[in-house]
Amino acid sequence: MNEQNGLVLCDVKYRDILQVDDLTIPLRAVTCIVGESGSGKTTLLRLLNHLISADEGTIQYRDRCLKDWDPVQLRRQVILAPQSPVMFPGTIRDNLLAGLHYAQLHTPEDKDMRKVLQRMRLSQDLSDGVDNLSGGESQRLALCRVILMQPEVLLLDEPTSALDDSTEHYVVEQLSEQCRRRDITMVMVTHSQAIARGVADVTVFVHDGRIRRVEEVAAGTPWTS
Amino acid sequence: MDLITIGPIRMIAAYVFLLVLLLIVQRLRIGREKDIVISTVRMSLQLVVMGYVLAYVLEINHVLLSIALLLLMQVFAVHNVLQRVKIPVDHVLVRAIAISILSGTTVTLLYFLVIVVGVQPWYETQYFIPIAGMLIGNSMTGVSLGAERLIDGVKTRKSQVEGALMLGATPSMAMRSVVSDAFAAAILPTINSMVGMGIVFLPGMMTGQILSGVSPLTAIEYQIAIMLGIVGSVALTVFILLELGHKAFFNDRAQIRESFTDSNE
Repeated sequence: MNEQNGLVLCDVKYRDILQVDDLTIPLRAVTCIVGESGSGKTTLLRLLNHLISADEGTIQYRDRCLKDWDPVQLRRQVILAPQSPVMFPGTIRDNLLAGLHYAQLHTPEDKDMRKVLQRMRLSQDLSDGVDNLSGGESQRLALCRVILMQPEVLLLDEPTSALDDSTEHYVVEQLSEQCRRRDITMVMVTHSQAIARGVADVTVFVHDGRIRRVEEVAAGTPWTS
Repeated sequence: MDLITIGPIRMIAAYVFLLVLLLIVQRLRIGREKDIVISTVRMSLQLVVMGYVLAYVLEINHVLLSIALLLLMQVFAVHNVLQRVKIPVDHVLVRAIAISILSGTTVTLLYFLVIVVGVQPWYETQYFIPIAGMLIGNSMTGVSLGAERLIDGVKTRKSQVEGALMLGATPSMAMRSVVSDAFAAAILPTINSMVGMGIVFLPGMMTGQILSGVSPLTAIEYQIAIMLGIVGSVALTVFILLELGHKAFFNDRAQIRESFTDSNE
């Protein structure tokens, strides 16, 4: 087994929600998890972030079982952005810095933070509050936060669910481009096969708590909605 | 000036106030007559028993007796907190409540007796028991409030706590705002009572001393000192509770424990 194995799941079972016999998520690639609501996609991401533990089976990251990792150290490398963005009290700046502070990473300069905001089409100032942000703006701010952290693995749970079609297209393209440029492994849950076709190197189809098939997709297939 | 003894006959006259309360409650159909009567009987019996116990203890004035009474008060305080706080209490939180009350009030009491008042010997029951009672009583209220707000905070802000964990926060980092809010809520009643003291109301200890013939200036000295002692005791016990107690919500994998986690997709 080598580093290319990335995140490896073997005979994993979590309650009656998810059962994965064998799944490998490659490093430095974009993997999309596609499935209907309630199919177990979110549970899969929570297992990979070690926010919950599997009842049976093993999950490995970089050839080490998750249970052998310090859970906090693991989460600083394998970060999860939930579907409902979590906004911490304070300003845009406070929210951008929250992840860096938790992971004990250095604070970027304001111009770098502004650049990330602009790239996600957010025009707010760093000193603005977060109370008046719309659902879509909060979602994009939460994505800016995790991009600034530059993790090894970015787990994204329906990161564009609150966005309109054109913004969704743009944001997903931005995310995949950022991840590829920085060698970040991106694992994105989506209910849309069209999104997966547009960005994924690997697409995992989940149905009723089981992995139905895994497809390697040529990146850059034209986007269709 | 000699202190007027109330005596049993006039004491009974004081229960007229209870009758007034019962009449009002009945008229307003609040339906709490039974609770009010039970509370009054409990208060009367507990104080009568405590009166006899104190008379005996003050006469004996033995170190072991002082320590035994202190422990008894602390155990009752822990018991009261556990009864009042509706928690899916597990052993970590129970332990945090017990340790905080036992250690926080003991440390403050000894500092107060030895350093502030300069009691000799330190276990002199005339000082030891009433001061211990005031510190423990107030700390008990603080710990109850702190524990309630801690549990409530984890429930209402679970997504925020979990959101911090997802980003690599330690449980302590993730709980920081919940812990801060619980601490503020727990010490607020003590702070508020200091603000109104001397203007809105005269505190019990000072009133008691003045009634027994002590100079108001001496009574004020004691009251200021005990109030600062209470602030210190409440702050210390609540701090210890929150430092130890916030860990109760996480397992050894830094995950929110199952009893606080909703089912996932």
